[in-house]
Parts: sequence; C-alpha cells; structure tokens
Amino acid sequence: MKTLLNFFEKIGNSVSSRTLRLGAATRLFILILIYSADSFKRIHLTIREVYFTGVMSLVIIIVSAFFVGMVLGLQGYYTLQKYGSSEAIGVLVALSLVRELGPVVTALLFAGRAGTAITAEIGLMKATEQLSAMEMMAVSPVARIIAPRFWAGVIAMPILASIFSMVGVLGGYVVAVPIIGVDEGAFWSQMQANVDFRFDIVNGLIKSVVFGIACTIIALFEGYDAPPTAEGVSRATTRTVVTSSLAILALDFVLTSFMISG
Amino acid sequence: MSNSIISIKDLRFGYGSRLLHKGIDMEFQRGKVSAIMGGSGSGKTTILRLIGGQIKPTSGQVEVDGTIVHKQDRDGIYRLRRKMGMLFQHGALFTDLSVFENVAFPMREHTNLPENIIKDLVLLKLNAVGLRGAAYLMPPELSGGMARRVALARAIALDPDIIMYDEPFAGLDPISMAVICDLIRSLNDALGATSIIVTHDVAETFSFADYIYFVADGVVAAEGSPKQLMASKLPFVKQFIHAEKDGPVPFHYNAPSMKEDFAL
Repeated sequence: MKTLLNFFEKIGNSVSSRTLRLGAATRLFILILIYSADSFKRIHLTIREVYFTGVMSLVIIIVSAFFVGMVLGLQGYYTLQKYGSSEAIGVLVALSLVRELGPVVTALLFAGRAGTAITAEIGLMKATEQLSAMEMMAVSPVARIIAPRFWAGVIAMPILASIFSMVGVLGGYVVAVPIIGVDEGAFWSQMQANVDFRFDIVNGLIKSVVFGIACTIIALFEGYDAPPTAEGVSRATTRTVVTSSLAILALDFVLTSFMISG
Repeated sequence: MSNSIISIKDLRFGYGSRLLHKGIDMEFQRGKVSAIMGGSGSGKTTILRLIGGQIKPTSGQVEVDGTIVHKQDRDGIYRLRRKMGMLFQHGALFTDLSVFENVAFPMREHTNLPENIIKDLVLLKLNAVGLRGAAYLMPPELSGGMARRVALARAIALDPDIIMYDEPFAGLDPISMAVICDLIRSLNDALGATSIIVTHDVAETFSFADYIYFVADGVVAAEGSPKQLMASKLPFVKQFIHAEKDGPVPFHYNAPSMKEDFAL
C-alpha cells in the first residue's frame, strides 16, 4: 500500500513541478514581450546576438544541409527510378527540404549549437552573480540579456532554415545532375512547376519562426532557471537539447496537421 | 533626529519553515563604515539582499532613506537601487565586456552622458582604484584582487549614497586585502557615502570600521565600535574575535546521537 502511495506521490510531484516550470517559462515569455520595447532601443545588442546565434551557426547549417540534400538526391533517385520518374527528383528534394527537413533539421541543429550556448552562458552568468549584479544596478536582465537573445533566435531561425533548404537543393542537384546524370532542365523545371510559394515556402517559413520561438525560449528559460552550480548548468544544458528536440518534433506534427487540413 | 540612512526593524526572514533571521534591528549611520560580522551561514549576505530588495522579509521591514523597501514595486526598487552600489564576493564582472566597459555600464544605462565624458569618468574611477592602466583588459586577465577593485570602481560609478560589500576580503592575499581596506575607507570618506561590509575577517574590519554588528542565531548578538567589542566579555564575541575553537558556537553540526548513528 505504501509503495503504491509513494508511486502516486512521485507522479504527483513530477506533474506539479513540470506544471510550475511551464508556468515560469510562460511568465518569462510574457516578461520578454513586455521588455522588448526596452531591448529594441538598444538594437545593437540584438544584432550582436544575431551574429552569435545565426552567423556562427552557418558552418554547421551549410555543411549539414549539403549532405542532407545529397542523401535525399541518392535515396530519391533510387526510389523514383523504379517507377520511371527519376526526373521528379528535383521536386522531391525541394519539397522535402522546404516543407519539412529545412525547418526541422535547422531547428534541431540550432538547439544543439546555439541553444546550448545560450543556456550555458546565461546559467554561468547567474552562477557568477552577473545577473544579480545587473539587478542591483537597476538594470533588468530580461531587457538587457534575455530579450535580445530571444529576438535574435526568432530572426535567425527562418534565415538559417532558408539557407538550409537552398544549400540542400544544391546538394541534391550535385548528386542528381552531374553524378547520376538526371536531365538538368527536368530537375529545375519540375521543381519550379511543383513548388508552391504560399503552400510550401511560406508554410516552411512559418514553421521555422515557431521553432525559433520554441527553441530560444526553452534555451533562455533553462539558463535563467538553472541552479547556480556547475552541475545545475550542465543539467540545464542537457535539458535544453532534449526539451527543444521533443518540442520541435511535436510542434512539427501539430503545424503540419493544420497546414495540410487548412 | 536620527542620522541613519538604513534602518532595519524586527526583521525576520527564512526559507520555508526555517527562520534565518529571528528579529534583527540595525541602524546604519550616514557617512559611516559599518560591518556585519558572523559565522558562515549566519545570514549576513541575506541582509544585504534584503536591503537591496532582491528578496522580501517574512516580517519586519528594511527602510532605506525613508522608503520601506519591500513595499516598493519594481520601479520603486530600481529607483532605490540607483542610490546603491554593490560589490559582490567575486566581483561579478561582466565577462564579455572589458574593464572599461564594465565601469561604463551603469553610466551608459542610467545617464545620457556623451562618450567623451563617460571616458573621462571611467578613467577617473579606475584611477581611484589604481587600475587606469588595466582599462582595456578583459575580466579573465585580472587577478582576484584586481577584479574586486574593478568591481568597486563599477559600484561607485554613479557616486552612490550607499555602498555594500559582500565578503570583500575573501580569497585575497595580504597586499590586496590591505589595498581593499584602504579603498573602502578612503572612497567612503571621499564620496560622503555610507558603507556596509559583510565579512568574517576580524583584523581587517576592526582596523577601519566605525561600527560593527555581530549576527548569530538569527539575532544581533553584539554591536558597538571596534574598541567596545574588543573589550566585550560576551562569550560569542570573544570566541569570534580570538578565533577560539571552544565556545558558544559548536564545532559539530546538529546530528543524531552517536548511539543512533553507530548503532551502539
């Protein structure tokens, strides 16, 4: 009986602490929106963070996108040629990247590269009392530190996802046209004819903006909420990757459902 | 009329059901250097955080310059904090900014001074702590004592009325310690400020403080000038000042009986 009670107590505690954390993250999100006006007055801070989160992530995004595009080209050709539609390889690569892989893989890479950096940086600032020092100087850390990083993530993600899709298409092209020998005209013309700007590209951009908001707020909250110890920061960094990855995949399903049905 | 700038009345504060402060009364006089001393974990730093409005008391109040801190909203607390400067235990310098930018930070945030004036003011503040030559170094390039002095320059950047020091001597070599002692006294007198130091370093504090509070068991166990406390016969004060192992502060942390732990 006692074991059963302990079991339910553990479940209750876990649900309660997760709900509290969700509430705290929502509160932080609202604070960010409130302090955004303050933050935009010092736009150089946001631009600096766009450089750190966006520009510094370019290498991993471009290299990954090129390989993903090449693999898509190979796998797509292997399947399509069975049905005699190997010319449709351009459409397959483009649609896969623009609708799904571009936003999703970019967000996963962003969470791993920029998200962890944000969490560790803010966690360490908290552990070394830099955030408290700022508070004691009557400067809000949310306006000065958190909000610029949030907007930088929201701005950087759709740009990175677009670059990912473009480089991915180039990777698919390199495999399909010069290596396999698919007709170049068919590759590009089928892509042009079948990729819809509103339904495919805009929806992909909407996804990447939503992922940008989710990834950045998770990274910021984990850092801001991290216990000010080495172990606390390391756990928070791990949680950023795990929570962001799960949130991206779950949100992708929800958004895709709405986009397809709508 | 009282000349105190900070007044703490019947202050109680705790985490959960455990009370850290059980009714503390303190008065900090304008222009004086006061120290709060006590053992580790006695809640000295928490008193600074209560003065700065970073946490709220369970009951009682902290009054800064006639304003009750915990009754202020965020804007009110920020207005109060502009009268304060705080030196954190390890400096808490912003590691992504140079020494110059760290000291310029409060000026840039709270004033509209032109860049040439900010430059002059920052260099003056750094000169006051002897680090004008280190203006363009980054915080990781500084020693512990230098970082503490830069943090002090930042704390006095806006000429605050109150300067709070959290363990300013912790981990410093004797030379750096003497430099910090001298700076605390001279800056306090030059700026006409009020300084509050949280520390457990007896010799340094007794050499320059005007008034000292001893905190133990959540209350003010003793208070007075260094001379009065040196002559004190209170067992706690004697044990603390002379660093005696035996006395009212126990060596052992609260624990179950030996019989219970060792199954005797």
